[in-house]
Amino acid sequence: MTPTEVFMQQVIYGLSNGMIIALVALGYTMVYGIVELINFAHGDLFMLGGFFALTIVGALGAAGVLDIAHMGDHSNWLLLFGLVIAAGVFCGGLNVAIDRVVYKPMRKSPKLTQLVAAIGVSFIIVNLGLFWGGAPMEVFGGGNAAAASKDFPEILEGSNLLGEDSNIVLRLEDLAIFIVTIPLMIALTIFVKKTRLGRGMRATAQNPVAAKLMGIDTDRVISATFLIGGFLGGAASVMWSLYNNTISFQMGFRAGMDAFTAAVLGGIGSMPGAMLGGVLIGLIRAMSDQYIETRWTNVVVFGVLILILVFRPSGLLGLKQREKV
Amino acid sequence: MSALQRFSLFSRGQLVVLGLLAMVPLVDLFVPGVQLAAPMRNVIVFAILALGLNIVVGWTGLLHLGIAAFMAIGAYAFGILTCEIYPFQVGFWWGVILAGLIGAFAGWLLGAPTLRLRGDYLAIVTLGFGEIVQDALKNLEIITKGTQGINPLPAPTFPGFVMSAEHPFPWFYLYLGILAVIVFLCRNLEFSRLGRQLFAVREDELAARCMAISPDKAKLKAFAFGAALAAVAGALSASLLSSTGEPSNYDFQISILALCIVIVGGIGSITGVLVGAIVMVGLNNVVLPQATQALQRHGVDSTANVLSSPDNYKYMLFGLALVLMMRYRPDGIVYSRKAARK
Repeated sequence: MTPTEVFMQQVIYGLSNGMIIALVALGYTMVYGIVELINFAHGDLFMLGGFFALTIVGALGAAGVLDIAHMGDHSNWLLLFGLVIAAGVFCGGLNVAIDRVVYKPMRKSPKLTQLVAAIGVSFIIVNLGLFWGGAPMEVFGGGNAAAASKDFPEILEGSNLLGEDSNIVLRLEDLAIFIVTIPLMIALTIFVKKTRLGRGMRATAQNPVAAKLMGIDTDRVISATFLIGGFLGGAASVMWSLYNNTISFQMGFRAGMDAFTAAVLGGIGSMPGAMLGGVLIGLIRAMSDQYIETRWTNVVVFGVLILILVFRPSGLLGLKQREKV
Repeated sequence: MSALQRFSLFSRGQLVVLGLLAMVPLVDLFVPGVQLAAPMRNVIVFAILALGLNIVVGWTGLLHLGIAAFMAIGAYAFGILTCEIYPFQVGFWWGVILAGLIGAFAGWLLGAPTLRLRGDYLAIVTLGFGEIVQDALKNLEIITKGTQGINPLPAPTFPGFVMSAEHPFPWFYLYLGILAVIVFLCRNLEFSRLGRQLFAVREDELAARCMAISPDKAKLKAFAFGAALAAVAGALSASLLSSTGEPSNYDFQISILALCIVIVGGIGSITGVLVGAIVMVGLNNVVLPQATQALQRHGVDSTANVLSSPDNYKYMLFGLALVLMMRYRPDGIVYSRKAARK
């Protein structure tokens, strides 16, 4: 491989991972924009989405409906979209439920109190993931070694889309990530800009009290925000699992930190910022893997996080066109 | 504050908890089959760690999510200064003291550029620092031996007397003595000029500034003191294990365990932190593993069913502790007098 090809390959990896990170980052940034809470449990919610998707695959397989090894071109895409929506709805619903039970009663508490509660929720979810990994299903290893990583089946066949001779590999999974994430982001942008509820969100983000005085049901707006943020996290978890072919109950922490870094890098509270930040973090990770060393990549990402927070806490897009939600 | 309060060694609550701890070896002597003194040394180590965190979280009101990093720095400093494969070999006592100083310096290094940040951002920065330290220790194999950890490390020594693993009692009492000294120091810090500055900064930064207190300087000192105590805890824990252990022993979970201790015990209260350490570490290091082993002895196979092993409920326990305390008693079990007065 020539240096250019190596670089291009890393760009592909970086963009694919970055789009997934961006989806998760949107969940952080939207919630922060509305209720000023670092939803620490978001990464772990993302993890549960992966387990939920794997459970569906396992259940369909056990019921004889699904045979991953012999699937047609269309049915595997259908399965993929089905999983994205199912995991999205699952995570969105769970996110709303967590908000109602845990965060809502302490909305007026100091910020740090809420953050500590969110960390607590994160630990509870991690434990649920550990238990889930012990489920007596074949896809989970029959319930043995609950803590072990679980294989996620390759739903899309992996041949190189750029032809067998090309040194640069572009897999179907890469393509699928763009096919899923880009429309989601466009739909989200239209939703926030054009719909009534979206306008309510922007108003609540700017000033909750004034929004309430204008007749906006802010509780409903907050629930909708948690729902959408959770949905995006769930959708991202399916794409992540598909891309990496393995899930673990501890994966939420790392993924969550990447996404939070992305949200902060882009300017927390800003939706375009989260998308940009996600892609940038994906690229930074890929370049660091290639040109520094894989084992230093997490240090690089956290270094970026700390430097951004210290020197430009409003992020790249956060200061002037601060459009929260 | 009365003069008596200022000059007494310990408060009544602290005296009761330390006294109860001192009686732990009696349980070992009189109840057959029970060995508490050895694992209780861990409780003491975590109590010291949490006392350090308490200075930052409880007294200064800064959420610190990376205290384990300073524990790691203390442990590795102790390891490098005392292990026979390095040229220093300063011995246990100098090792602990220097580890504390190095920890304070590291705390100052992290705090200086970051302490002006908003509360939740600062929390994330400390978290990130914790992860960076862990990875750096793992990757700098030439110095830290990577995942092997630095070993063997010396046990505490007195002239003509060396602690050994077979006899945990002297070791236990030595650590308890160190804990008592640290409680005494913390208590005096609490009522000192700096302590009152920290409370002022916690309650209202602007008002503190108006009283000619520099919040940045006060926070930085709190950070350094907290890091120093965490590093001492790291050194004591390394000596206990005779190894620094691998870097992932000082992960986010440890920081959260320390935070749980402070929060469950009662934010800002020294007695509360001691009680919190006994409850949380007791559950984490003594009750859960022993319950798991007991169940295994009775034929419950925890590998087949994840739910049947009490050890697997650890995260749930931490999580529930944090959520419930934040929801219903944000001031903790043992009310800090200052918090109650507020």
